[in-house]
Formats: sequence, structure tokens, C-alpha cells
Amino acid sequence: MITSVIKEKKNSKGMQDKIKQNSIKLESENVGVFYGHKKVLQNVTMRIQANTVTALIGPSGCGKSTYLRLFNRMNDYIDNFRKEGDVIIDGNEIYKKGIEIEELRKTVGMVFQKPNPFPKSIYENVAYGLRIQGINKKSALDEIVEKSIKQAALWDEVKDDLKKNALTLSGGQQQRLCIARTLAVQPSVILMDEPASALDPISTARIEDLIYELKQNYTILIVTHNMQQAGRVSDHTGFFYLGELVEFGDTRQIFTNPKSEKTESYISGRFG
Amino acid sequence: MNNAAKNKLKDNLLKYFGILCTLSGLIALAIFIIDILMDGLQRLDWEFITSLPSRFPEKAGILTAWTGTVWVFCLTALIAIPIGVAAGVYLEEYNKKGALANLLEINIANLAGVPSIIYGILGLEIFVRILNLGGSLLAGSFTLALLILPIIIVATREAIRTVPKTIKEASFALGATKWQTISRQVLPASASGIITGVILALSRAVGETAPLIVIGALAYVPFVAKTPMDEFTILPIQIFNWVSRPQHGFIINAAAAIIVLLGFVFIMNGVAVYIRNKAQRKGQ
Amino acid sequence: MLKAKEYIIEKGLLLCALITALTTIGIILVLTIEAITFFKEISLVDFLTDTQWTPLYSEKHFGVLPLLAGTFLTTVIAILVALPIGMGIAIYLSEYAPKSFRKTIKPLLELLAAVPTVVYGFFALMVVTPFLQKIIPGLSGFNALSAGIVMGVMIIPFISSMSEDALHAVPKSLREAAYGMGSTRLQTVFKVTIPSASSGITASAILAISRAIGETMIVAIAAGQMPGLTFNPIKPVQTITAYIVQVSSGDVPFGSLEHSTIFATGISLFVLTFILNSISFWVSKKYHRQYE
Repeated sequence: MITSVIKEKKNSKGMQDKIKQNSIKLESENVGVFYGHKKVLQNVTMRIQANTVTALIGPSGCGKSTYLRLFNRMNDYIDNFRKEGDVIIDGNEIYKKGIEIEELRKTVGMVFQKPNPFPKSIYENVAYGLRIQGINKKSALDEIVEKSIKQAALWDEVKDDLKKNALTLSGGQQQRLCIARTLAVQPSVILMDEPASALDPISTARIEDLIYELKQNYTILIVTHNMQQAGRVSDHTGFFYLGELVEFGDTRQIFTNPKSEKTESYISGRFG
Repeated sequence: MNNAAKNKLKDNLLKYFGILCTLSGLIALAIFIIDILMDGLQRLDWEFITSLPSRFPEKAGILTAWTGTVWVFCLTALIAIPIGVAAGVYLEEYNKKGALANLLEINIANLAGVPSIIYGILGLEIFVRILNLGGSLLAGSFTLALLILPIIIVATREAIRTVPKTIKEASFALGATKWQTISRQVLPASASGIITGVILALSRAVGETAPLIVIGALAYVPFVAKTPMDEFTILPIQIFNWVSRPQHGFIINAAAAIIVLLGFVFIMNGVAVYIRNKAQRKGQ
Repeated sequence: MLKAKEYIIEKGLLLCALITALTTIGIILVLTIEAITFFKEISLVDFLTDTQWTPLYSEKHFGVLPLLAGTFLTTVIAILVALPIGMGIAIYLSEYAPKSFRKTIKPLLELLAAVPTVVYGFFALMVVTPFLQKIIPGLSGFNALSAGIVMGVMIIPFISSMSEDALHAVPKSLREAAYGMGSTRLQTVFKVTIPSASSGITASAILAISRAIGETMIVAIAAGQMPGLTFNPIKPVQTITAYIVQVSSGDVPFGSLEHSTIFATGISLFVLTFILNSISFWVSKKYHRQYE
């Protein structure tokens, strides 16, 4: 009896997960981006399901980073930036009037190419996102800081010296700290812009494991130069070329049986 | 002598000329400091520092002058630092490319080159007369604050420019507003550069004489200033006054006062250089 | 709430930045308005052509030429001292000196610029003049020569540091190209590096001239108070700045014609330095563009 209830509960949770997984988290509808007169992205339409990892690949300058940065409006700081089409998160167009950029970014976290911890202590790095929201209560901060660092698989290495300057950590540790910092704000989406490109292979492997773990609770969009990495961590892959989304689909399908010739030649290393 | 040897000789001549030039400036400075010390050190004692001005050189002291200088230093800092840093932040972070920013930048470059005595004329008209502050400490400090504003603004902008863009991006990406990013990341990260610039600017203010003569700071003030509305004198004006007198005793006094003034200025410069070097080492 | 706070902060910062604009407007308005009252009494033609400047005497003349001559004379002497020495330092530090030497010497040279000008005035009057009097008989106690020389020492760091920056900005590849063709260091310096950095060096020289024209305390202390249409460096002269100090530290009543002379001379000084600063700014902007 008891076991069957548990089983059923488990089942229904599984069902929920399934529904959650099928729901669309991020969308772009015919999105184009201009820097001045230069068009760097055009007609990108993509639907990204919740709790999946989507890799964006393509040669440098293909627009994949620009596309990634649309979702937390990081391109807004570039001179003469202009976009057309719709960028949608949870059904809301995020460029429409009345959207608070700061609120948006609490939902959409970002991890950058080079680890960029603040020149502060490990603790303060993770607490930063909370402090700017006015949360300064020590017990609350302590709890979230610990949880976030644990989630980023860094706790065992730093738990004894949280007061240490973050810049003294190794590159891989710094990047995990940046991930912890992002998690502390409790986003639902995490954007990663080549998060392992500045790291050694062992650190890279740890970040990849971490991405796999984080998928349970977050929707992850990752730009990567490293094809194997895209293959290892992602559920879906989008291939960008010259500002266009050439192909988007299941990672396995893209890597084994690409529809487009361009995709195939890029993946097989003929250019890029 | 063949051509190569000739060239080598010429090359060496230029090099030694360069060394000579470099040393000549420093030697001039050294001769000068030694001369001042020889003239003034004998006169520099506790009594000299704590005495009021007097018609008799042996009795005269610099109490009103150095307290005036300290007053001016503090008031000028209070006025100029917040305004200068704020203006620097605005120009570097809020409005970097617009027509207004461009205009302000040219304007600031020009202001930095306006002779200090012109600021004195401005201060005389605006602070002393229109705002009716008279020849007070406050009028003098406002005048000097305007004078060093361009220096503080330029130093602030340069210091802010060295803060990595990645730090700002990280802060924005966590949902921080612009001001949160500036106040919590940009300003702390550029603090040492800004402080260096501010100290150098204040050291300039402390040595300024001409603008304060124009606004009517007096050479003879028989009391120590108690409020910012009091009349005042400062070390450089006291020195100027003593230098212009024929009696040898006053010249000795001037030299002694110069030692105090130079001590003040050199210490400030030393501190500025120290902070700058320390920050540079940390940055590496 | 947060938006309102951000808005208020931005406008507050803007206000602070605008104070610099107000300063310029204030300077121009004050000088112009007060100078107009002066020029209502004294014609501009007299001001620019009369060869005597005696507003504080009973027989008054208002010709600015003697003050300009004094300013010009001390400035020329200062530049003659500062330009070769400053350039020598700049070339040595950027092309020859070992890096460690550069690092220790630069803050020391900056000290030259940090010394208050009233102190330089003392130096000129009490050290340089007595010394020169032993060499040049007939040198007055107050004279343009000592004041100019000491002013030159004061502006050395302006020329040396700006010129060094300009020399430093010349791309290494350019120098290497010259060496590659067999140039000696000297030839490279004079044929490649200095010409490439010429606009930066020019800008520094112009700025130094402007600085010398506006310098006050050295000339007020050591050059004398005798405005005269002379270019004789061993005689006392008076510069525009020294005249303003003379009026300000005397007891000339405010609002009198005598007092308003400081605005007429002040505006001349402002215009002169403004033109020079603008040229310098423009030239150095051009050179920044060159290598960016």
C-alpha cells in the first residue's frame, strides 16, 4: 500500500517533470540584430524547452554570442544596438516597455567566457546579488551562500576560507564561483558564454559535470567553440553561420545526421 | 675617425646630454632645497610655529598662516572631492559619447589650462561680491575648489577607465542597477587612482597663492580663524609678504615658512606616489 | 522607487559635471562685463596702442603693450630654458634610460611641478638673481632674466612628461624598421621617432607657453613692478599677472577705474591662454587619432 502511494507520487512527479520539460521557456521569433547599419543576426527563430541544455555553435563572428546576450539584454550597452522580432521568456516579450532590466536579470543569470569574480572575498562575491536586492541579514545570506557554493561543487574546496579574496582561487575555481554567484540570485535560466574556454581540461570536465547537474533546476543556454563539449553536455544544438540559424535540433541528430551541408562541414572540421 | 665611430660618438653625446638635462632639473631642485634649509632651519622652532604675525621679524610666527592653510585644505577638499568625482563618474559612465559630453570634455581640458589668477578674478566677483562671502575662508576654498576641479575630474575618469569591463558586466548580469554597479564595484576598484589624483590636486591647491591674493586674503591676520566665514591668510601669502620686505629677518622667516609649506606638499606627493605604486603592484 | 533613485542620482551627477561649464561661462561673463565698464572709459585703441601703462600714477596711461612685452619676454626666456632641457629629458627617458631609472626619476621630476610657485619666486629672487649678478654686471635686483629662467625650471616637467608620452606612443615597429635599415639610435631618434611624435611634442610646447604666460608668483616676486616696453632681460619688467597681483594686494578701491584694469588685463590674459590651450588640445587630439 505504502509503496504504491510513494510510487504514484513518484509517477506524478515524473509526469510534472515531463510537462515542465516540454514547456517552452525561451523563444525567439524572427529576431534580427543590428549594430548601426551592420546586421549581425537575422531571422532567428528558436524555441527552447525548460530544463534542457541547448548549445549554440558556429565559427567566430557568427552571432551566437550576440544571440545569447539577447536573453539578458546585455547587448543594450553596445552603441547603436537595435533588434527586430520578439525575444520571449515565459511567454513575455522582454524588450517591451515596462520590463525592468534588473528584474529580468535576476531571472536570467549569466556566466562569462573569462572568470570574472569581483575583487572581494569569496563570500561577498556570492552574496553580491542578494545584497543589491537589499538582503543583508546575515543568517539569510549565510544560508544562500553556502547552498549556492555547494550547488556549484565548490564548497569542499573553499568552506574554510570564505573570507579569502576570490582572485586567489585558481581559474577553474573562479569560474565555479561565478556560477555560484549566479545561482545565488535564484534564476531560472542560465546563459553561459564559452564558460570553459579559459580553463584547463580537468576544470573543464568539472564545469561540464556541473552543467549536467544544474539542468534539473535550470534552463541552460551555452555558447561553445568546442564541438565535443556541445556533444557532451547539450540536449539540443543550434548551428549559427553568418548571422543566421542554419540548423537547430537534437544534439545527437545534429552531430550524426545533420540536415544542412554547412552544418556537416563545420562539425567535421572543414571550416570554423 | 670612420663613419661608424663618428655615429657612435654622436649617439653617446646625445645620451649624455639627456642625462645632463635630467640631472640639471634635479640639481636645481637640490640646490634650492639646501639653500632654503640653510636659511630657514635656524629660525624654525616651536615658537615660530605657534606665534602670531608681528612687525618684528624675530617675533613673527606662522600660526595664523598654517592654520589658514589647514582650513583651506579641508574646506577645499570637502567641496571639490564630491563634485569632482561625481562629474568624473557622470562623464565616464553615463554620457561618454554625446554632444554634451564632447563639449564638456573640451571645456574641462581648457579649464585645466586657465591661469590660476583668472580663477581668483572669478572668485572675487562671484563668491566675494555676489554671494557676499567677503574675503573669507569659504570664498577662498570655493575658488580653489573650482581651480582643482578639472584635475580631480580627469583623474577620476582615468581611474574609472582602468576598471575591467568584465567586472561591470558581471554586476549587471546579476541584476544590479547602474548606480549599484558604480558604487559597489567601479568606485571601490578605482579608489586608489582617484585618491592619488585627489591628493595631487589638493597639494596644488595648498601651494596656490595668486587666486587667493586676488580674492583678498590678507597678509596680516592677527587671529586664528575659527569659522569658515573668518578672514584668513595662508602660508604662501605669508611667504609672499615676507619676501617682499627689505629686512633680512623677514627673508629668513620666509625661508622657514617655505620649509613648512614644502614639507606639507612633499609629504602629500609622497603619499600619492606611494598609493599609486602600491595599487600598481597589486594590479600585476 | 529604484528607478526614481537612479534617475535622481544621474541628474545629480550631471549637475556636478555642469559646474565645469558654469565655471567657464562665469569666467567669460565676469571678465566681459567688467571689461566693458573699463572700455567705456578707455578706448580699445588706446588700450592696444598706447605704449605706457601707468593706471596707478597720477598721470594715467592705459596701454597694455608694456605688460604684454613683459609677459612675452619672461615667457620666451622660460621656453628657451625649458624646451631643450625638457626635450633632452624626454628623449633620454624614452629612448636611452633603463626602465628602473625611469621609474625612480619620474616622480622626482614631478616634484619640480609640485613645488608651489611662491617658493620658486623666492628661489629666483634670493638665489638666482644674486648669482647672476656676479656674472652679469648691471643686472637689476628685479629682472626678467632670473624670473624667466626659474619659470623655465618650473615648466620642465610639463614638457618632459607630455613629450615622453608622445615619444612612447610611437609604435615600436617604426623604430625597428629604422634600425633594420642600419640607422643608429641617434638617427632613429631624430629622423623617425621625433617626427612621428611631433604633434604630441608641439602640443606640450604650446601648453608650456600657455603655462608660462599665466604664471604669476615667480614674476610678481622676482621680475619687478616696472611695466616698460622693453625686451632687455636684465631690467625689471611687469607681466599681466604680476600687475593683477599688484592691484589686488594694494588698497585700490573696488569699482574705481584703477581697479577695473584687472578685468581688462585679465580678459587679455584669458584670451591669450585660451587660444594657446585650444591649439594644444586640437593638436594633441590629432596625434591621439594617429595611432589609435
